[in-house]
Amino acid sequence: MLNIERIRQDFPLLTKQTLCYFDNAATTLKPNTVIESIVDYYSNYSANPGRGEYDLAFKTHERVERVRQQVATFIQADSSNIIFTSGTTMGVNLVAQGYGLSHLTEGDEILITEGDHAANTLPWYDVAKKTGAKVIIISLGDDQRLTVDVLKQYLNKKTKLLAFPEVSNVYGIRSDVKSLVNYAHQFGIMVLVDGAQAVPHHIVKMKDYDVDFYVFSAHKMCGPTGLGILYGKHEALLKMQSTIFGGGMNLSYDKQQHVDLSNIPYRFEAGTLPVASIFGLGAAIEYLSKIGLDAIHDHEMALRSYAIQHLKKLNNVILFNEVSDSAIITFNIKDVFSQDAATYLNTKGIAVRSGQHCSRNLQDHLQAHGTLRWSAYFYNTFEEIDRFIEAVKHGGNYLDAYFE
Amino acid sequence: MHILNDPMVMRQVIMDHYEHPRNRRVIDSNDVKTRHMHSSGCIDDIHLYLEVEGGRVKDMSFDGIACTISTASTSILTELMIGKTIEEAKTLIHNYTQMLYSQPFDETLLGEAIVLKNTSKQASRIKCALIGWQGLNEIFMEEEKHG
Repeated sequence: MLNIERIRQDFPLLTKQTLCYFDNAATTLKPNTVIESIVDYYSNYSANPGRGEYDLAFKTHERVERVRQQVATFIQADSSNIIFTSGTTMGVNLVAQGYGLSHLTEGDEILITEGDHAANTLPWYDVAKKTGAKVIIISLGDDQRLTVDVLKQYLNKKTKLLAFPEVSNVYGIRSDVKSLVNYAHQFGIMVLVDGAQAVPHHIVKMKDYDVDFYVFSAHKMCGPTGLGILYGKHEALLKMQSTIFGGGMNLSYDKQQHVDLSNIPYRFEAGTLPVASIFGLGAAIEYLSKIGLDAIHDHEMALRSYAIQHLKKLNNVILFNEVSDSAIITFNIKDVFSQDAATYLNTKGIAVRSGQHCSRNLQDHLQAHGTLRWSAYFYNTFEEIDRFIEAVKHGGNYLDAYFE
Repeated sequence: MHILNDPMVMRQVIMDHYEHPRNRRVIDSNDVKTRHMHSSGCIDDIHLYLEVEGGRVKDMSFDGIACTISTASTSILTELMIGKTIEEAKTLIHNYTQMLYSQPFDETLLGEAIVLKNTSKQASRIKCALIGWQGLNEIFMEEEKHG
């Protein structure tokens, strides 16, 4: 059992105000240790890690590499497979442009799912437009789960790449990455998995998954914004071209325009890295590891079942994912436009997201013009859910918010 | 107090325009000017249609999906605009915008639109209350540019 009251003391935003923060799928709150580590960089390091011969630069470099190792351990990979990016979105774009553009040709098929986030959809639309390849969108049906059986219906000789989320950001359904990758690899299909909603919430295992590319963001796991990770299998990264050029990614170049690239992973990290954020990610991983991802996941699922149990008792709620594998609940208040409902909940001190959650291809399936999304993390409490339920119960009076 | 300043009445007028939007239709004419208003920040997604004849708004309508405040404010907008000269229309838009931003405005010009007065206390709803009005203004500005 987690000591939630103790944990909440670690988060300035949770001690300063009584906001019920249920928008954790969008971003998470930061504990003091993460904030302090960012200040630590600016106060006590502040150097550029690349190629400095003085102590501060060397110490900074060492710390960056230590975080790379921490990330590798956290996701069960080797540090040479870890590339620092600006976030999940940039990770997918690096693969789409660095691998997709050079390896896909006219007639090839890229499989994505209808539940994919825009970040794992639009880069592929762009690759398709530029190469003549086709994006095929997998319909997931009522349970919204991508399984090998579903995948089989879409695979053919033209399929060259498969991209899907480990946990989808609207339904919160987790797919079995290992079995899907294993099946796709039998046909020589490369696989990219969006782990943005997975890595913060349960243990992920790159070596076991055997996935080619895997991306996630620091800010959804108590870390800073502007930083993410692209994991790539060594063979996959060898095939990927650098698409961003500059300092740090080359060993040498000359006037004849010959360029020697740095080793993997550095050839994909042009320019000065967001060093302070990397320090922060290190602290975030330390923090999450200390609590333990199994305990985090158990608490999240307990919160979810409690919320579902009470939402089901209300007759003004439409639930879109009564069953799910993560602490995401997608719902609407009957006859209330989702944005109006979210604005109303805000006046009750409750933060949830409204809209299409960057998954516009899912709207046909939902048959709703936008939904509310409640998403919890390990610092949320059952009392907060009670407040949330009480507010939802009176959601029909949403214009109160406008006249208060 | 003007009856439209009563919160209960304001609420009823807003709900009425939301549940039964006026002029929610497509204008199918060669002279129609249209504007698509949507943003990545919200789900509002509406099309405006405007027909001008002899310097006056001959017809105005909208369709699409939007929240209560956006729908009601655009519905009210269409009713107010039909029959107005372009100059009158611009003065109305100006006064309405002033109201939303808590600046001096002429209440007598705004008709039913004053039910949206409370928006000035809700910064996050200003863009909802403005969506149709801003769209109409953009149509006017574009027309001026192309003379």
